[in-house]
Amino acid sequence: MSRPRSIAIVLASSLLLGGSVGAAAQGRTLTLMTHDSFYLPDGVIESFEAAHDVDVKLLPAGDAGTMVNQAILTVDRPLADVLYGVDNTFLSRALAADIFEPYQSPELAAVPVDLRSDPEGRVTPIDVADVCLNLDRSAFDVGGLPVPARLEDLADPALAGQLVVENPATSSPGLAFLLATIAYFGEDPESGWTAFWSDLRANEVTVTSGWEEAYYGQFSGGTGEGSLPIVVSYASSPAAEVLFGPDPEAHESPTLAIDVGCFRQIEFAGILRGTDEPELAGALIDYLLSPEVQAELPLAMYVYPARQDVPLPAVFEQHALVPSAPLSLDPAVIDAGREGWIREWTDIVLR
Amino acid sequence: MDRHRPALTRRWALLLALAPLAFLGLFFLWPVANILALGLAPGGHWEPGTVVDTWRQPFVLDIVLFTLALAGLSTLLTVLLGMPAAWVFARFDFPAKRVLRALTVVPFVLPTVVVGAAFLALLGPRSPINAVGELLFGANVPQVRLDGSVGAILLAHVFYNIAVIIRMVGGMWAHVDPRTEEAARMLGASPARAFREVTWPLLRPAVISAASIVFLFTVTSFGVVLLLGSPRDTTLEVEIYRQTAILLDLPTAAALTILQMSGVLVLLLASARAQERLSIQQRLRSASETVRRPRPGRERAIVAVVLAATLAFMVTPLLILVERSLAGPAGYGVDAYGALLGEDPRMRLTSAPWHAVVDSLTFAAATTLIAGTLGVLAAAVVGYRRGWLVRGLDALIMLPLGTSAVIVGFGFLVSLDTPPLDLRTSVLLIPIAHALIALPFVMRAVVPVIRSIDDHLREAAAVLGASPARTWREVDGPILARGALVGAGFAFAVSLGEFGATLFIARPDSITIPVAIFRLLGQPGASNFAAAMSLSVVLMVLTATAVLLIERLRGSGPQPF
Repeated sequence: MSRPRSIAIVLASSLLLGGSVGAAAQGRTLTLMTHDSFYLPDGVIESFEAAHDVDVKLLPAGDAGTMVNQAILTVDRPLADVLYGVDNTFLSRALAADIFEPYQSPELAAVPVDLRSDPEGRVTPIDVADVCLNLDRSAFDVGGLPVPARLEDLADPALAGQLVVENPATSSPGLAFLLATIAYFGEDPESGWTAFWSDLRANEVTVTSGWEEAYYGQFSGGTGEGSLPIVVSYASSPAAEVLFGPDPEAHESPTLAIDVGCFRQIEFAGILRGTDEPELAGALIDYLLSPEVQAELPLAMYVYPARQDVPLPAVFEQHALVPSAPLSLDPAVIDAGREGWIREWTDIVLR
Repeated sequence: MDRHRPALTRRWALLLALAPLAFLGLFFLWPVANILALGLAPGGHWEPGTVVDTWRQPFVLDIVLFTLALAGLSTLLTVLLGMPAAWVFARFDFPAKRVLRALTVVPFVLPTVVVGAAFLALLGPRSPINAVGELLFGANVPQVRLDGSVGAILLAHVFYNIAVIIRMVGGMWAHVDPRTEEAARMLGASPARAFREVTWPLLRPAVISAASIVFLFTVTSFGVVLLLGSPRDTTLEVEIYRQTAILLDLPTAAALTILQMSGVLVLLLASARAQERLSIQQRLRSASETVRRPRPGRERAIVAVVLAATLAFMVTPLLILVERSLAGPAGYGVDAYGALLGEDPRMRLTSAPWHAVVDSLTFAAATTLIAGTLGVLAAAVVGYRRGWLVRGLDALIMLPLGTSAVIVGFGFLVSLDTPPLDLRTSVLLIPIAHALIALPFVMRAVVPVIRSIDDHLREAAAVLGASPARTWREVDGPILARGALVGAGFAFAVSLGEFGATLFIARPDSITIPVAIFRLLGQPGASNFAAAMSLSVVLMVLTATAVLLIERLRGSGPQPF
């Protein structure tokens, strides 16, 4: 009986020891709080560490909303120095809670003005992700379905029971698509977004709780295992299908992102108020916005760089979509309207 | 003879209860109280009126009714389907029994993302049923689909929780003297009547104990509801998560949490009271004494059917996972397993997936240590003493199972933020959170056994001149140790599979297997999907092995009877 107990004691004490050894290694550290989808290739963070003689710790904190809410709750004792990944749907809540220190990055000159959503410069735009409709090519090329040319076409009986969307209450692309319809149709009770969604419901739209269930579970294109040929996903998804497909050099992706009802999500970084290392934090934001890191973003996170002067990878040029006029809403309008819109949407589509 | 003379003095009971109370106070009550206070007193002054206003909203009643109905139905189904298997495992000996029993725990620890994927594969548009339908009747045959329905949630709940019934009820059943029931049969009672009047009353406390755990698990079920249910089906847990993590509407979240926790508390107190009232002291037999090979003929057939049906139900989703892990773009192979050993930038993990295996095992060992120690202490108090204070302790230990993980997690953030207790980004938080969830299992495994220790044995020992200490060591100790081992197995397994709280506190330098699986599933690409499936199979094998090893230890202890 004593053997398992002593093994457990050894394990527990080595755990404690490991903790104290880690704390003993002194030196400057900078903590970067991110959402769970954050990723940069090996060496990118390391070269920042070497250049500034600092240890960068990553702190993934859930999806974008959960991360922002954690930062708001810990505003008096921040968990990190820099936060990356707050997007325009959560921006205004973060700004209202006053979690950021203003910072003007010298690299900002290379970023288009319309991405700089905060005039006071408390957050810095880093990347852009467009939520767009994706099609299963085979259903349209071979199956003969009519390719939707505008959002209204989704309510066309010819496309009845072909679309899967995510629940905006639980999914960030789902919310983006709802916002796109609000930006596109407006709020008129007769002809606005509510009327459109009533039509979509009549046209047998399928709803899932998250992107994974929609894309892998219901969508029929690419890696999807379902039977529905239209899904709300990202403008970059067809490029990802090729990258991860059997032939990374393929000429044609099995899926196609179309320039219909695209909503632009802009992701920002900011310095968390209360940091001990404001200068290093600023340097990290400059680095995220530098041409070398910006060029890595597309393949690392399937997003577009905020800078316009960096080349896109070939697979993006070839398969991903750059929407001509993505829809958007002001962050303050989104924050004020979100909960009411979601409740209305739930009543129209699900009840 | 005084049936109610406690074997543990009040002073000792208080002393023993100290450690579990301190642990729960610091890592559960304090964090939860803090986050609730933020919701109830926004801006510093109390506004309890908003709680009542929230409760009055019509959507709250809808959610509460749906949550209760779903959990009640799930529990009922789990008990009904679990009892025959519990009986077979408790009473009969058959080939590969240990392995099969360990296997039943596997579903219990699989992360919801994995089970969701398996059930979608089984019940969704490309299920084997539909494949056969298409083969027979052509492509236009209507599809059978259970995904997105309450039926799918119920099936998944039974799949998850049936192990709790098989092991907790079966664990008690194995010690119930079969001769009493046999005597009733000799006297002419039908098998049904003999069970109802002889065995059932003896099992009832264990059934209530296990059923209340299943109820708690299903009433707070989160991933299964989101993954398999229709988006219409909102449970209290899903709504609390939404209000907290997505909307940061802490007043609404607090109102819903208070509703959830007080409901759970009422249930727990009622269940503890029922268990106490119904527990019957009996002469426990050693499990090896009560078990036998099924008699050829009808009995053997019944045992075979029960076993086959239970295993088919539990193993089919697991086999789907194995199949998925082996299916590559170029046919079947073990490529996905090789991929676990190396670093692949496309996986978006900071290190090779096998590191997650090492980390998971370390966390599970630490959890077993913490929850094992505290759980046995608590079980001793709850098992030996009676009264409302004891029922309170019992309910308190169970309460974390009925509390939303996101509430506890956000509570950690706003509570454990001052050195030396700034544990918010510490890796110690993982075994601590796991221990909160594992504690109830250890305690529930030990308490029913303690309660049914026959006082006659103690009295006999005392009459023969044994000191109280020796009596305890010789009579109670060995029985307790066995219960503790069952509990330890659960603690280890709970830690291996825990997902909701871990996702919240895992840091990139140490992630557990379920979190790694979740991350892999969130990345595009068939290779990442296959890697997630192969990691799930590794988790299955690890769990089964761990549980098997812990059960082996049972054999090496002293034989109590």
